[in-house]
Amino acid sequence: MKVVVAMSGGVDSSVVAGLMAREGHEVIGVTLQLYDHGAAVGRKGACCAGQDIHDAKRVADRLGIAHYVIDSEARFRQSVISAFADSYADGQTPVPCIACNQHLKFGDLLEMARDLGADAMATGHYVRRFEGPEGAEMHKAVDDSRDQSWFLFATTRAQLEFCRFPLGGFASKAEVRAIAAEMGLAVAEKADSQDICFVPSGTYAGIVEKYRPEALAPGEVVAEDGRVLGAHQGIARYTIGQAKRLPDAAAHMVVKRIEPGTRRIVVGPRGVQSREVRLRGVNWLTDPRELRAGVKLRARDTLHPARVVPEGEGAVLYLDEPALAAPGQAAVFYDGTRVLGGGFIV
Amino acid sequence: MLYLDANATEPVRPEARAAALAAMETLGNPSSTHAAGRAARKLLEEARDAVARACHARPADIVFTAGATEANALALHALGEGRTILTGATEHDSIRAAAPHAVPVPVRTDGTLDLDALAALLEMHPDPLVCLMAANNETGVLNDIEAAGRLCTAHGALLHVDAVQAVGRCNQNWLALGATSFALSGHKFGGTMGAGALITRPGQELRPLMRGGGQELGRRGGTPPLPAIAALAAALGAGYDGAKIAKYRDEMEAACVAAGGVVMGAGAPRLPNTLCVALPGRRADAQLIALDMAGIAVSAGAACSSGKVTASHVLAAMGAGELAGQAIRVSLPWNVAPDAMPEFSTAYAAMAKRGLRAGAASA
Repeated sequence: MKVVVAMSGGVDSSVVAGLMAREGHEVIGVTLQLYDHGAAVGRKGACCAGQDIHDAKRVADRLGIAHYVIDSEARFRQSVISAFADSYADGQTPVPCIACNQHLKFGDLLEMARDLGADAMATGHYVRRFEGPEGAEMHKAVDDSRDQSWFLFATTRAQLEFCRFPLGGFASKAEVRAIAAEMGLAVAEKADSQDICFVPSGTYAGIVEKYRPEALAPGEVVAEDGRVLGAHQGIARYTIGQAKRLPDAAAHMVVKRIEPGTRRIVVGPRGVQSREVRLRGVNWLTDPRELRAGVKLRARDTLHPARVVPEGEGAVLYLDEPALAAPGQAAVFYDGTRVLGGGFIV
Repeated sequence: MLYLDANATEPVRPEARAAALAAMETLGNPSSTHAAGRAARKLLEEARDAVARACHARPADIVFTAGATEANALALHALGEGRTILTGATEHDSIRAAAPHAVPVPVRTDGTLDLDALAALLEMHPDPLVCLMAANNETGVLNDIEAAGRLCTAHGALLHVDAVQAVGRCNQNWLALGATSFALSGHKFGGTMGAGALITRPGQELRPLMRGGGQELGRRGGTPPLPAIAALAAALGAGYDGAKIAKYRDEMEAACVAAGGVVMGAGAPRLPNTLCVALPGRRADAQLIALDMAGIAVSAGAACSSGKVTASHVLAAMGAGELAGQAIRVSLPWNVAPDAMPEFSTAYAAMAKRGLRAGAASA
């Protein structure tokens, strides 16, 4: 089989490339250059590529496989970074990794893999893929603490057919690192990547300020009856349910609503849970139908039992017990370990 | 593998290999006074004499460097001091990065320098240093150095010629054409990597970039890389069958055009070995990968050390628009074999056809 492996330069995707090569496949490593590393770390004259691309090339050389770097900067800026800023400006809490998977890894890269005549694309994501009666199924990883299925809900059924996820069956990251060491890969001890790759310092405000400065303009924090309780330094700093960064007059309260038009943060007593959650952009990994499922409303969440009702391109969730749902985050439906679909919370 | 990336580096010539090996067998540092040092110095100066003969220069006016990037940087540093610097819009990064504030001289859509624009700029900027490439690394387009040299001489401007891609392929007497200095690089004509030269008109003084131990008559410090210099000199003396290579290139070009390719700089005089061809709607990096998988080595645009392919500033300066990100460079080596033509043409046509199918499927 001819397999394109999406290589980030980290230990996970490096091991995937190694495993695929060990199984005797013709492996082609591809690294997407998503942003100018030198600019991201603010160091003038730093290479545009950074250490990760260098590491991916070294791994490929070590494994004796072909490796290419694809310039995806423009696409990443538009589909991920700018959309990330837009989402905050719209009072939402975005998940850029989902957009990146959707548009770049399982979008552009997968298309390129097909163009190159590959039979499959493998990634280092911690999920499992099984052949089921309906075709390929996506399941949670064996290692629940590493499971990335929530981030991959937008993978279409056709994309899933083409993909392989060799790491989903591993019991722990330690096992993956051990294989990397055994293969003699220099990245075996490399630290895990950060949450949001294009925000190396961990403060996303700078990105939002660059693309959507109005989302960092000051505004009022008000109670639900309209009383002004204080000021805030930009709606992008808040998410639904947040208790931090509220004025003293709003102590013990949480954010209930974000109003981008008036730049107001509406606060109220704790308990912003709802029973009914509307979703847009729903992707089904089974035939779309009304069903009961366990629903994850953010990346690290327990399963909330619910009834899922398709509605056009979206869906409505009727949760058995009220829960916190932040607009912009994903709601992913599970049947046991299997992902049935998911959408973005409106 | 079919190697068609000679503008990145030419295969080492057998003469150069032999000379480099012989130099490695020679004990001694050319700066030492003992017998071993004298033997090394003899090799170095014989190489210098050979380069001087091949380049119509005096041995004393040849400064060996680590390569063309250093030779270009030395020219800009030494000749550009206190002068406005004018550079062609399609110059190599070794010029662009060393002269970030240079005034660009535009090129025409065929990639050749706009000599009228150069004349106008020479009127505006008194006593400048003009930097022009003899042949473009991406398109192979040749500049009219003779005409540019006349303009520079008439305006009292200094002229530095980046002759890296031209030396060994279409040699000229650059100094006689009006160049104050010119740069060359050994591995671009079949020497080994690691040695280049800056060659100047007689008696031109050069303020060094690196003073070091005062080697190269105080113009370039550092122990000279003797094996690479010996290889450079030997490669300069090797023959080059430009007519034969141009014939192969023209056949490949015709095959690309038949498959839907658009030749960049087609109307201009070009190096015999270079073909820059765009496939409309197909990213250059995807073409490189497809050809590499078919066992054919070509390149595109300006490759960063990461290997990322970006849209070519050369083609952008020629007004190529979208095609600037869709062109590949095919550059035939001196030892290209006759069966390279059919092999390349078949792979290119297959790639172009696959693209049509993919385009039709997504439309």
